[in-house]
Amino acid sequence: MSDHQHSSEVGTTSSNAPGAELERFDDPGLPEHKSRMADRDPKAAKRAERQIVVLFAISVIGTIASLIVYFAVPPGETTASVRLSTLALGLGMAFALLGIGVGAVHWAKTLMSDHEHVDERHEQRSSEEVRAEAVKALTDGAQDSGIGRRGVLKGAVISALALFPLTIAVPLIGSVGGDWNVSKFRHTRWERGMRLAIDPSGRPIKAADVTIGSAVHVIPDVSEEERLSHAWITEKAKAVVLLVRLDPRELKEAEDRVGWSYDGIVAYSKICTHVGCPVALYEQQTHHLLCPCHQSTFDVADGAKVVFGPAKRPLPQLPITVDDEGYLIAQDDFDEPVGPSYWERLK
Amino acid sequence: MSTTAKAAAGTADYLDQRTGVGKAVKEFARKVFPDHWSFLLGEIALYSFVVLLISGVFLTMFFVPSMALIEYHGQPASMDGVLMSEAFASTLHTSFEVRGGLLMRQIHHWAALLFMAAIVTHMMRVFFTGAFRKPREVNWIVGIVLMILGLAAGFSGYSLPDDVLSGNGLRITDGVVKSIPLIGSYMSYFIFGGEFPGEDIIPRLFTVHILLVPALILALIALHLFFVVLHKHTQYPGGGRTDKNVVGFPLFPVYVAKAGGFFFVVFGILALMGGTMSINNVWNYGPYDPSPVGAGAQPDWYMLFLEGSLRLMPGQTEYVIGGYTLSLNVLIPAVVIPGLLFTFLIVYPFLEAAVTKDKREHHVLDRPRNVPVRTGLGVAFLTAFIILALAGSNDLIATHFSMSLNAITWVFRILFFAGPVFAFWITKRICLGLQRKDRELVLHGHETGRIVRFAHGEYIEVHRPLDEQERWLRVNYDAHRPLEIEPAQDARGVRRKGYKKDRRMQRLSRFFYEDRVEPVTPAELAAAHSHGEHDTLAGAPEHQEIGSGAPVGGGRTIVSPETGPDEQNR
Amino acid sequence: MKALAARRHHRFAPVVLLLLALLVTGGVYAALAPSPASADTASTADIETGQKLFQANCATCHGPAAEGSTTAPSLIGVGAASVDFQVSTGRMPMQMEGPQAIEKPRQFDEEQTAQLAAYVASLGAGPAIPTDEQVDPALGDSANGGALFRTNCAMCHNAVGAGGALSEGKFAPALWEVTPRNIYQAMQTGPQSMPVFNDATITPEEKRDIITYLVEQREGSAGGLSLGSLGPVSEGLWVWVVGLGLLIGAAVWIGAKSS
Repeated sequence: MSDHQHSSEVGTTSSNAPGAELERFDDPGLPEHKSRMADRDPKAAKRAERQIVVLFAISVIGTIASLIVYFAVPPGETTASVRLSTLALGLGMAFALLGIGVGAVHWAKTLMSDHEHVDERHEQRSSEEVRAEAVKALTDGAQDSGIGRRGVLKGAVISALALFPLTIAVPLIGSVGGDWNVSKFRHTRWERGMRLAIDPSGRPIKAADVTIGSAVHVIPDVSEEERLSHAWITEKAKAVVLLVRLDPRELKEAEDRVGWSYDGIVAYSKICTHVGCPVALYEQQTHHLLCPCHQSTFDVADGAKVVFGPAKRPLPQLPITVDDEGYLIAQDDFDEPVGPSYWERLK
Repeated sequence: MSTTAKAAAGTADYLDQRTGVGKAVKEFARKVFPDHWSFLLGEIALYSFVVLLISGVFLTMFFVPSMALIEYHGQPASMDGVLMSEAFASTLHTSFEVRGGLLMRQIHHWAALLFMAAIVTHMMRVFFTGAFRKPREVNWIVGIVLMILGLAAGFSGYSLPDDVLSGNGLRITDGVVKSIPLIGSYMSYFIFGGEFPGEDIIPRLFTVHILLVPALILALIALHLFFVVLHKHTQYPGGGRTDKNVVGFPLFPVYVAKAGGFFFVVFGILALMGGTMSINNVWNYGPYDPSPVGAGAQPDWYMLFLEGSLRLMPGQTEYVIGGYTLSLNVLIPAVVIPGLLFTFLIVYPFLEAAVTKDKREHHVLDRPRNVPVRTGLGVAFLTAFIILALAGSNDLIATHFSMSLNAITWVFRILFFAGPVFAFWITKRICLGLQRKDRELVLHGHETGRIVRFAHGEYIEVHRPLDEQERWLRVNYDAHRPLEIEPAQDARGVRRKGYKKDRRMQRLSRFFYEDRVEPVTPAELAAAHSHGEHDTLAGAPEHQEIGSGAPVGGGRTIVSPETGPDEQNR
Repeated sequence: MKALAARRHHRFAPVVLLLLALLVTGGVYAALAPSPASADTASTADIETGQKLFQANCATCHGPAAEGSTTAPSLIGVGAASVDFQVSTGRMPMQMEGPQAIEKPRQFDEEQTAQLAAYVASLGAGPAIPTDEQVDPALGDSANGGALFRTNCAMCHNAVGAGGALSEGKFAPALWEVTPRNIYQAMQTGPQSMPVFNDATITPEEKRDIITYLVEQREGSAGGLSLGSLGPVSEGLWVWVVGLGLLIGAAVWIGAKSS
């Protein structure tokens, strides 16, 4: 044991200030060791030992308790019973673990030697001789292989190694993106004459059902079968629309969009033009539509233009009208891709 | 010899003959580690990872990584009869029907949050104490890669239950990926196997979460710890602790008990949290459906800075160039800002070494005050990170403090730029102030609160000089000076190559080391003491002090710190 | 439009508008709510007392005939449900201007509220106060209610009704303490920023399902303390404060020298 060893290097450390060595204090060496209560007093040591035994015993009790709980407290059928089961198992486990942890640390702190040891450090760098030998080993090896002289061979090896990953990468990349047909972003499930249906019930909605101040989340009126298929989720991800009715006098409509609304009812894509969250938070007094993800705010009364936040473009509008029975229908699909911007969006 | 001892000896002999394990035991059993609470932060991260592996194996037994739709029947009532993916249904099954399943899920999730929190605090410790310096630069990089992998592990796991909250997180990811110029749409298809959300993402994330990322993390943790053993642990400054030794306790038995015990403490506290505090109750959010979204749509805390960065960016920065859309309103906050933050972390050790011209190995840690600019930059970095994370929580701030969401956003937009600068300035000033305080203490000792009256009526306060251990702590550091470079032209008036580069480095070096406080030298201390019989007076009984007539250096002659170039340069 | 704008200031304009409003709301009401409104169970005496209460407490802002003013909306045709919601939650009468009227201790007791509601309902037909059966959480289907709540309500009120922020200082309140009747009325009438969910878009049965779902959430979380049900931000805060806090405490204990 090398307690309180005071190596000769200790004291001055070099500094980039010239002549610093002369101006520095000397290292006083390791501080004096202070003995603990358990070192001085055998009674204290005995007491600590008892405490540690108790802690490990708590752990055993915790384990037994959690086993009993496992059999005796089933999760049951209610929120409260699941909570009780989780709580009881968790507490048993926590005691089982903390008993061991606290016991072991207490043991180390009170009874194991607390005399500090000193180890030497060595520089990471290899000595000059070792380095020379390493360089020699490499040059000898290179010489042996003759890689330096055989240029064509070198080229062949490199080409082979560089090319073989393609045998994995090409099949992977070919299939990993499905059909790679990214033009699907441009179209949604909406088509001419398709009824607007309430999300999630799927009931078609009449214009008369949309009163002023209401906001209705709608989806295309497709068959029940389609609505329960998985492919529907991907279609729905583009097709969700928010329907709002305003006082027609408050509605500002761009000239090229006159006729896209019906008696103050307007339909906008619910997919944010920022990064695609559902923009669903409609404040009926201000006609503002807020995205709860990044707070882009759109003015529904004014072409869903951005009034605040990180989005740039207005929400795409779905042109609507009513059919003979008074149901709201789409005049057509959206005339632009819905959702976040992407590079070739306008192409 | 007892039978146990005999059996142990026999096993050891068997193993050693085949593996030479004796050499390793001799080398490592009594290896010395220094003792300090802040050295345990990394251990918290390590142990929460172990807990993640244990609880994760439990969860994989019950999780079904499939997006196939089924109608669920069972607990809770609000999910009975709902159409959902098998991934979501199996999460409900694990939580409500598997005994201890919900406990394991909650332990797993709490451990994931703790893992990242411990990594971040561990990095803070390493940064502020300068533990990244030579020879540990490579291990610092390994640590950063581990942190990034931790983000990947967390994000992929968070998305697995296929709930509304995480589904919207994936949707945001899709939006960010699409904004990448040229290849964005194809990247989106690459990730989702077609259009968002498709049917592939959960199985893919499952593989990433339980195989790819954990395997990489395990490998890098091994490398990280290998470096710790190779370099031997750093130590805090103090008497007898140098760059050439390591002072502490032996691995066996002290650290086997302390570190081993700490594993159980970490696991125990996670069990306590998992048993008492609910986390990610996915049935509250519901199975993923592209239409709904909940208020408070946020990612786990370690991704909040990205969320905040996206929230703060004004939308005007989307441009159409030649018919192609460049969404800088997404690219800057989601790609450029995190890129800058990570680049700063990766580059910093090399930058500091370059402006310090420091080629030595360092094993004694810096006290943060002794490197004011580093400490200031670290605090500025944290300030930016925290402001972004707060901006990511702006809706909750708005409701909890009755403020306007829009006003908060504007305040954070400004603070994101002003906050770090202010934090840097104030931190650097505090560090310099603390260094001056150290000088004062070394020169004049601690105030004792004892007031003494001299015969001629003068009152002074008695100062107790520092013992040599404390003094050493406060004087043992290098106050680096800005680089000095060779002139632009050599003796013959020929322009020197590389002068401009040197000049830039020098400017940077000035930024780092122009303001500095030099440590007290023995000569300065002697000069301070010559003001009076400091030591003898302070040690003497009180009645003798009165009327001794000796003027004393402390109290009255409050230091005028000869801080050298610091003041001269200002 | 120009002609309309010019006549807006005509002194008969309010009267014409009022009549128009009455006609429209009456028509809409007749179309949407064929069931008899509960207003007609109120006695004439109630309406008269209600009118007095209205004149004394509400007319300053809403006008002597409840026709509205620049600061407050017209109450003609808002129905008894709206009055009951606003007054029984203490939102009305408003004490001070702010981004929105906030919940506070109610100023009028049950009887007075009913009288006020009866008076306002007598001015023009509107949604009636729901019956006890319509808002009985025991009769609803929480799974269907949950699905409806997620689509229509969660974006403002949070997935389990813990509340959330709107723009410019407004907020969607937490629903933990709101009575089933008030929840129903809020959906019916769309108070302040909240949109209206009429009986065609969310049927009365569906409204009750939503109430069942919300009341079920009050049992708390199956996993233990709910931490406000605010999601990852509060979880993150707790992991730093409790998790890392306790463990750093433990680390300090481990690193400290034993006495």
